Amino acid sequence: MTRGAIHNRDAFLEHIAHRLGRAPRLSGVSRPQWSNQPQWKVLAGYSQDDLLAVLREQCKLIHTDYIETTNAGLAGVLKQQVTAYGGGPVIVPDDPRFAEYGLSALLRDEWPAEQTTVHIWNPALGRQNIDAAEQANVGIAFSDITLAESGTVVLFSRNEQGRAIHFLPKTYIAIVPKSTVVPRMTQAAAVIHEQIEKGGLVPSCINFITGPSNSADIEMNLVVGVHGPMKAAYIVVTDR
Amino acid sequence: MPMKIENGPFWKRVEENLHNDFMRGAVAGMQDRGYVRRLGVIEELGHWEEWRSLAEQIRKHTLENLDFYLMQLSENVAKRGGHVFFAQTAEEANDYIRRVALEKQAKKIVKSKSMVTEEINLNPVLEAIGCQVVETDLGEYILQIDDHDPPSHIVGPALHKNKEQIRDVFQRKLGYTKSSDPVELARHAREMLRRDYLTADIGITGCNFAIAESGSITLVTNEGNADLVTALPKTQITVMGMERIVPTFEEMEVLVSMLTRSAVGQKLTSYITVLTGPRDEGDVDGPEEFHLVIVDNGRSSILGTEFQPVLQCIRCAACVNVCPVYRHIGGHSYGSIYSGPIGAVLSPLLGGYDDYKELPYASSLCAACTEACPVKIPLHELLIKHRQIIVEREGKAPAAEKLAMKAFRLGTASPSLYRFGTKLAPSAFAPFAEDGRITKGPGPLKAWTESREFPAPSKERFRDWFQTRQKGGNPS
Repeated sequence: MTRGAIHNRDAFLEHIAHRLGRAPRLSGVSRPQWSNQPQWKVLAGYSQDDLLAVLREQCKLIHTDYIETTNAGLAGVLKQQVTAYGGGPVIVPDDPRFAEYGLSALLRDEWPAEQTTVHIWNPALGRQNIDAAEQANVGIAFSDITLAESGTVVLFSRNEQGRAIHFLPKTYIAIVPKSTVVPRMTQAAAVIHEQIEKGGLVPSCINFITGPSNSADIEMNLVVGVHGPMKAAYIVVTDR
Repeated sequence: MPMKIENGPFWKRVEENLHNDFMRGAVAGMQDRGYVRRLGVIEELGHWEEWRSLAEQIRKHTLENLDFYLMQLSENVAKRGGHVFFAQTAEEANDYIRRVALEKQAKKIVKSKSMVTEEINLNPVLEAIGCQVVETDLGEYILQIDDHDPPSHIVGPALHKNKEQIRDVFQRKLGYTKSSDPVELARHAREMLRRDYLTADIGITGCNFAIAESGSITLVTNEGNADLVTALPKTQITVMGMERIVPTFEEMEVLVSMLTRSAVGQKLTSYITVLTGPRDEGDVDGPEEFHLVIVDNGRSSILGTEFQPVLQCIRCAACVNVCPVYRHIGGHSYGSIYSGPIGAVLSPLLGGYDDYKELPYASSLCAACTEACPVKIPLHELLIKHRQIIVEREGKAPAAEKLAMKAFRLGTASPSLYRFGTKLAPSAFAPFAEDGRITKGPGPLKAWTESREFPAPSKERFRDWFQTRQKGGNPS
């Protein structure tokens, strides 16, 4: 990676130090131990089943369809939900979990046989992926971390999972393995922070997505579906 | 749009806005519904005072070590291949962004909502070199196509417009033929803006929180517009006020939790996006080039002064949403893109007393703003400090102060008198609500007694104040 340029930094930071009435402080600062940490008390001690109940309730508030299934039932439920949203075209990341969860046949045989177009994100195809996302009726992705409190799916971008999958299709389905559910954003932030401390690089885009796109800019009326997807569903896989 | 949005004397603006019945009804409805929603999510979260105390510690620590965290941030952005420009002034920031636009031969630029780009008046600079600049936040889009009508609220910029007015603007400017139904209006905007996202050369965003440890920026929206602005154009420029930074993901998380609750009463908004540098090698979308512009524009003059706490602000507008004065005079009366109590503190600091000397008096000092602030900025105390400076500077108190203080003395002599005073009927809570849409109804007694926040004063009381003021004449 070529290092980027930094302009005017020294004078800018010296001026700040001057205003603060001390010498510039450019290294050696560490976060203090914050005296209160109420974020860790939220949903503390909840079991995975308790968290799922919280998630289920929260989905009602965020205009998101909530469906539970087992791994064995997933392909059928997913197919049904895509039909409920009006069918294809469908766009998905190139994610090994589709195979691990037994969805390869649906993606590669069943849907194409029924004239439902399936686009699997492929970096080699460049811009075609974005065109496919723009034309897609349904985008489908696996949640990497799921936040029970707010009903949020967390998605890390990678070559095989472009950002447009979550934003350009008309509707959106997140597959949520039960094991990915944590109490709230606190746990997700802690995991990411820990990776950074160990020298890991965060992906260029991390999305925290909570239901469909919406706006209240016209007379405070809630309009669901503005720039991003107009409908959203979470399919929770209870035995994964 | 520069920070200053309207000419004419303050009291004239106030008088005009007092006659804008739709605006006043909309503001009152927003405040009432917002109040109930915000208290609801705060109550559900629990330990709110601990949260506020934590948020305050985070903001204070970051400001006290701002040079260190900006150093760390810029190093990490550069390591990820992004470019960082430190701009002392609005002109320096605009010059740099213009140079990038020229270099990219940009024709179309899409923007997501950003107060700081309004503050530095960026759009005309880009339009002057032939760029089409498209605001993509629905509220800002409406204002932009309506010949740059100024925003009246930090979070809901088009709050003062009704749906019929919006339909008329869409008909006039966009060839719109459908109804004034908000869903149809929003769908039309969706279609128009889709094309813009897909064909824009540059995406420009603001920044809710930069994260020093990773060189990331965090964007908070409900519409998803910031995501399309940053996913599709080849170049991304993010403009941030220099104080909008936290040490790590963990502090970002705490402040986002407080921002979304305080601003819109949501646990999280629909889209919270953390972006780091340009796209990763091998990615298909995301920008090829990323520029971060860090803006001072008067902020450093606030550092090291008694006004430093105002830089703790996370732009949630909770103070605006509880302010009884804002309730009656609306955002446009403030003459600044920063309205309400935070605007009354910040605008004179960034824009000078000559333009904004009246704003510190546009307050009853009831302290509802201070109580509502999630990062514990002592807003009403800072308003008093402003008044002290104005008095010292002018050698005497402006007439406005004496009158305002006199009119409010009775009502605000003590919080308990105010709260339990005879005027506190349920009707005083919603003098302009259009219908029965206050979801918890007139009896949120639990919330009332548990909260130390003040209800909005009655219409009559404000009228008294305003009339008293008018009789006494005014200095501007």
